[in-house]
Amino acid sequence: MQPILEIVNLNKSFTMHILQGKIIEALVDVNFSVAEGEIIGLTGKSGSGKSSLMKCIYRTYLSEGGKILFQSNEGTIDIAAAGDNEILHLRKTEINYCSQFLSVIPRVSALQVVAQPLLKKGVTADLANEKAMQTLKALGLQETLWSGFPVTFSGGEQQRINVARAIIDPPKLLLIDEPTASLDPKTKEVVIEMLLALKKLGSTIVCISHDEFTLDHLVNRRIHLDKGIIIN
Amino acid sequence: MKYNSENWLLKVEGLTKIYGNPTQTSIDKTGPLFDSNICPDSGSIVACAQIDFELYPGEVLGIVGESGSGKSTIVKMLYFDMEASGGKVLFNRDPYIGKNILNLSNQSKRAIRNHLMGMVYQNPRDGLNFRFTSGGNIAEKLIMAGNYNVGTIRDKSKQLLEKTEVPVPRLDDLPAHFSGGMQQRVQISKAIANHPPLLFLDEVTTGLDVSVQAKVLDLIRELQQELGVAMIVVSHDLSVIRMLTDRTLVMKNGRIVEKGLTDQILQDPQHPYTQLLVSSIL
Repeated sequence: MQPILEIVNLNKSFTMHILQGKIIEALVDVNFSVAEGEIIGLTGKSGSGKSSLMKCIYRTYLSEGGKILFQSNEGTIDIAAAGDNEILHLRKTEINYCSQFLSVIPRVSALQVVAQPLLKKGVTADLANEKAMQTLKALGLQETLWSGFPVTFSGGEQQRINVARAIIDPPKLLLIDEPTASLDPKTKEVVIEMLLALKKLGSTIVCISHDEFTLDHLVNRRIHLDKGIIIN
Repeated sequence: MKYNSENWLLKVEGLTKIYGNPTQTSIDKTGPLFDSNICPDSGSIVACAQIDFELYPGEVLGIVGESGSGKSTIVKMLYFDMEASGGKVLFNRDPYIGKNILNLSNQSKRAIRNHLMGMVYQNPRDGLNFRFTSGGNIAEKLIMAGNYNVGTIRDKSKQLLEKTEVPVPRLDDLPAHFSGGMQQRVQISKAIANHPPLLFLDEVTTGLDVSVQAKVLDLIRELQQELGVAMIVVSHDLSVIRMLTDRTLVMKNGRIVEKGLTDQILQDPQHPYTQLLVSSIL
């Protein structure tokens, strides 16, 4: 089967101009491909380049050399070389990124934050809110918090808001960074189940995790990084 | 919806503003490489030069940079508050397609301002007439956009105040009697009164206290989503840029030193100045 994502000779380094142009190598000649509907686990020690790799795929980081070929609904796109507006279009329609930490506009309620991606797509407010409530309920976030502001929430609650926002509108490709890191075992299982349900709907998932339980129960295949190099 | 790179709303090419009497080489001898925008030969000031970018419908573009980097100058030229020294601006709306709007007659420029653009200034005194009531200010914009029925104007003004969370009973009060945050919200009501496809926001939250700032930001985000209006947001505050914009231009000494997706600019800045800027976030 044709891979949905193919990474060819990807390199990424950071030039720190503030430190007299010191260069930090984050990724060295990374090659791998992901089949449609697969769940890939990215593993490795802190600082091994997992998040850098994920951010290159989302184009938060500019990679140098190499290709990131994505099978979009409109044909193959090299994410490493595509224009900014083409990337914005992809993010709106096909690729979602869920970071480790929640970042939201202050004073927007949890429910609104979660409903956001649907509203952006033009879904009616009633329908979007309905879906947001379902998702939050499934993740076990207590109802009294729904109208609260996520900045004031605990780590686990924030993480669930983050996950809910990422999956409410099933993307073609989901990049998700440590989805279960600060959750209790029961909620962890719920998140894993929801991600597996997403896969059933046809989504492909690349997931960073340190958690053996999550990796065992969620991913089809692991890719292990060490100092920016894939070791398998 | 298919992606189309030729679908832009506004295209800016080589936009330039110079004060004084420049020489042929004024532009070559200023900019970030020289860390100055004053021409060493003529003393003329290159406020901004070689500005190129496109803005797409419904997109929010940020312009960030230190004081004097030329970010407000760009917006003021685009809104015709200030005359450009050179360059080309194309606006992809009938009947202006294919024309450099900088060279249009004053009458046409006014028509663009009244029907297709809105502006929110840092200082409410620039955007509001303080001798008019808040309702009068909104009415002014509505009249200029071609609404003449008093009843409709009052109804629309009320709706706009409601939308921006200004208490409607204060329709007939003077903006001078409002708080800073409320003045800013009246200004936003006025700017969006004519449903423009393009809105300029120049340091709109600067000088407001944090709770009011959050409210204004939330309002802007909501309006953007509801009306699908394209915005150019000028700010030196990187958190405002992060929360509101999709793409960002970074300015220094009157030039664009870096442009990219906002999250890329903030997390993987390439230019030394952007790296310094980002590492200075509190």
